[in-house]
Amino acid sequence: MAKIASFGAYVPLFRLSRQEMANAWGVPAVPGERAVANADEDSVTMAVAAGSDCLAGIDPSSIDGLYFATTTAPYDEKQCAGIIAAALDLRTDINTADFTGSLRAATTALRAAADAVDSGSAGSILVVAADCRLGEPESMSEQLLGDGAGAVLISKEGPATLRGFASTAGEQLGAWRRSEDRYVRSFEAKAETRYGYIQSAVQVGKTVLEKESVAPSDLAKGVITAGDPRSLGGVARSLGLDRGQLQDILFMSVGNPGVPLVLMMLAGALEQAKAGDTLLVVNNGDGADAFLVELAEDFAPAAGRKGLAGHLSEKRNLPNYTAYAGFRKLMKRDEVDPRGSALTYWRDSNIVLNFHGGRCIKCGTVMYPIPRVCGECATKDQIEEIKLAHTGSVYTFTLDHLDDGKYVNVPVPRLVLDLEGGGRVFLSMTDGDPQEVEIGMSVELTFRRLHEASSFHNYYWKCRPLPAC
Amino acid sequence: MGSMKDKTAIIGVGCTKFGELWEKDAEDLVVDAAFEAMEDAGVTPDDIEATWVGNLYDFTGLSGSVAAEPLKLFGKPTTRVENFCASGMDAFRNACFAVASGAYDVVLACGVEKLMDVGGSGLPVDMGHPVLRGSSAPGLFALAATRSFHEHGWTREDLAHVAVKNHKNGALHPKAHFRQPITLETALGAPMIAWPLGRFDACGMSDGAAALVITRPEIAKKSKHKHDYALTKANALTMHAFLPMYRAAYDWLGFPATVATAKLAYEEAGIKNPAAELDFAEVHDCFTITELLNIQDLQLCERGDAAKFVRDGHADVDGKMPVNPSGGLKCFGHPVGATGCRMLCEVTKQIQGRAEGAQVKNARLGLAHNLGGPGSVSAVTILGLPE
Repeated sequence: MAKIASFGAYVPLFRLSRQEMANAWGVPAVPGERAVANADEDSVTMAVAAGSDCLAGIDPSSIDGLYFATTTAPYDEKQCAGIIAAALDLRTDINTADFTGSLRAATTALRAAADAVDSGSAGSILVVAADCRLGEPESMSEQLLGDGAGAVLISKEGPATLRGFASTAGEQLGAWRRSEDRYVRSFEAKAETRYGYIQSAVQVGKTVLEKESVAPSDLAKGVITAGDPRSLGGVARSLGLDRGQLQDILFMSVGNPGVPLVLMMLAGALEQAKAGDTLLVVNNGDGADAFLVELAEDFAPAAGRKGLAGHLSEKRNLPNYTAYAGFRKLMKRDEVDPRGSALTYWRDSNIVLNFHGGRCIKCGTVMYPIPRVCGECATKDQIEEIKLAHTGSVYTFTLDHLDDGKYVNVPVPRLVLDLEGGGRVFLSMTDGDPQEVEIGMSVELTFRRLHEASSFHNYYWKCRPLPAC
Repeated sequence: MGSMKDKTAIIGVGCTKFGELWEKDAEDLVVDAAFEAMEDAGVTPDDIEATWVGNLYDFTGLSGSVAAEPLKLFGKPTTRVENFCASGMDAFRNACFAVASGAYDVVLACGVEKLMDVGGSGLPVDMGHPVLRGSSAPGLFALAATRSFHEHGWTREDLAHVAVKNHKNGALHPKAHFRQPITLETALGAPMIAWPLGRFDACGMSDGAAALVITRPEIAKKSKHKHDYALTKANALTMHAFLPMYRAAYDWLGFPATVATAKLAYEEAGIKNPAAELDFAEVHDCFTITELLNIQDLQLCERGDAAKFVRDGHADVDGKMPVNPSGGLKCFGHPVGATGCRMLCEVTKQIQGRAEGAQVKNARLGLAHNLGGPGSVSAVTILGLPE
């Protein structure tokens, strides 16, 4: 049976207190705060971050497939999984697919991955999920939603076994967005909770427990997704679970991130799980999916993996709602459209997405971008393509107030970096405070959306400060 | 390698007022500069056998017509030269080769730029790649400032001294973009453009044109300027990395292109000790940090000493090595393609003793230097009076 070989999560650095959002509109505040993706983040970039967290210490060339689950794919026509796979430096002879349309898409993808592994068609498949949904300005859902990503590596081998999959389908009452809608729409929350959410979640949960002969009291944790604590309580009661058995739904810290919630909660549960634990996972959205996770041994978090807890512990608070509105482009402003080229972008995908460099076979110099003729010894065509490290330190920098020819009040740090193990690159910094940049500062690379030149998403790498050790 | 020393001479110079010339177009500027130069040389458009014109923006297909059309130089060759901020000086360099070869007797080198018509804040920077774009032009030079602060202990105040000096000089020049002296406090208090460079660390975004009439010395001896034509002592140009920010060996404490070009130029001119032998220099100062680093790279002072050199007044008009007596790009303005030619006009008039702004005393041997792109090209020309 398919196993979980690794897991990961990503929460954007920025948080906004719901009180600030309420103050902006003069409406009542929901308690807690929500995670807010930076202006250069979307579901693709966050999926790369979670996937990278999941693959910490794992050779990306060992992965046989990548499934991406989201309801906010940056492209309606064009696969996103392929972009994510390239940024994660996976092989190209793999199966990639986008799972979308439903908040349940992450477990649909997870089950498809498990089926592929069980059938022998793949040895391992990385499932990544991310969403960046918009609640209508002033609405309660604007406060309740949050941004994030999760990942899980499904494999033939691993310390946690998946079993007892059950699903329920059919026309269900729940939230929706038409293709022309920008904001999540909802009919009537109470009715959706009662007939849409609780009914299907309870149904699949009970099915799994009965067919696998597991008593609710045998469960270490119920990883049950829910948009709010009250709805969750209803499901838990019906399934016979105590409050103490419920995995945190991230309501106070992240908000409801949509599709990735189940993988983020699963990561949170696995970070605290012990050998022998059994977890019941129930995921909701246009019906529901449920399954069991049985732990044969401890999930010692891999070195380099931040996981859910690590990401939750790192944060910067947005000062006000205006910052959030700016990130999500809620105010219409004139955009500068720099020159772009889909052809150049495609031809250079090994340096742009995979972030490969070159090493001169003759003199050993590591170079980026990859030249035909060595920049130091001028030897022609003796450059081997290599992976570059995703961490480095600042050699020199500027805080640039000119961004694509436009004066900006908050400068963009542009950093000349010496990468660990060689290679010098020139990247913009994101997330961090420009005034804290200094020579020698350690940074990590992060995959972001640079601009929209030529009307496509020009993804590339930026860097952000490594938290002080 | 051969030498261009004493093989060509400038017999006429012309330069427009630099600045935000909203009401003039490139045609006006080329015509004004070229006819001023021809008048100075005592020649007419009929005498011009070939033309080279330096021009960078727009990135259009105007080609040789940048000069041939406004001057109606039909039936003879005109070549547009583009080499970053050295475009104008490279136009001059190529014109010199043509004259020295004997192919032509009298040619025109000119440069023109209409930056106001391009618009935007700062020079348009386009690396020609959708994502490997990096930063603004000030941002690229700010990288050198940050590293120099780190290595040499220089400060924003050291940069401000360059701005104050160049504004003091430029204020005296009727053709300079800016005509106001500034104080250290003004420079330091200006808004940031790309830290650590503020508004007064950046040169003017200007329109302008400049032109030079070039011939061989034997013809110059019979010209209007038969006693004070400007002899070309050296005329060098080298290229360096287009993407230095990706080059691990690049230390950002100077510009290898300037170092290499200066070495070639001094060899060509037979100059052993530039700090002692040169009387003054027009040095590329697109940003204050650029001037400091170029002063060192041109061997006018020791590495690491440029800030003190300027602070102590050695680069003043009455100092031991006046740097940018015209006000430099900083104050005179920087219409990219025109700048190299403008510097050569300035050096020529300085050694002829008819500087329009601050006159350097006993100026007999002067240097003009350009740095273009992110340190990607450098040009050095040395001009002297006939013996």
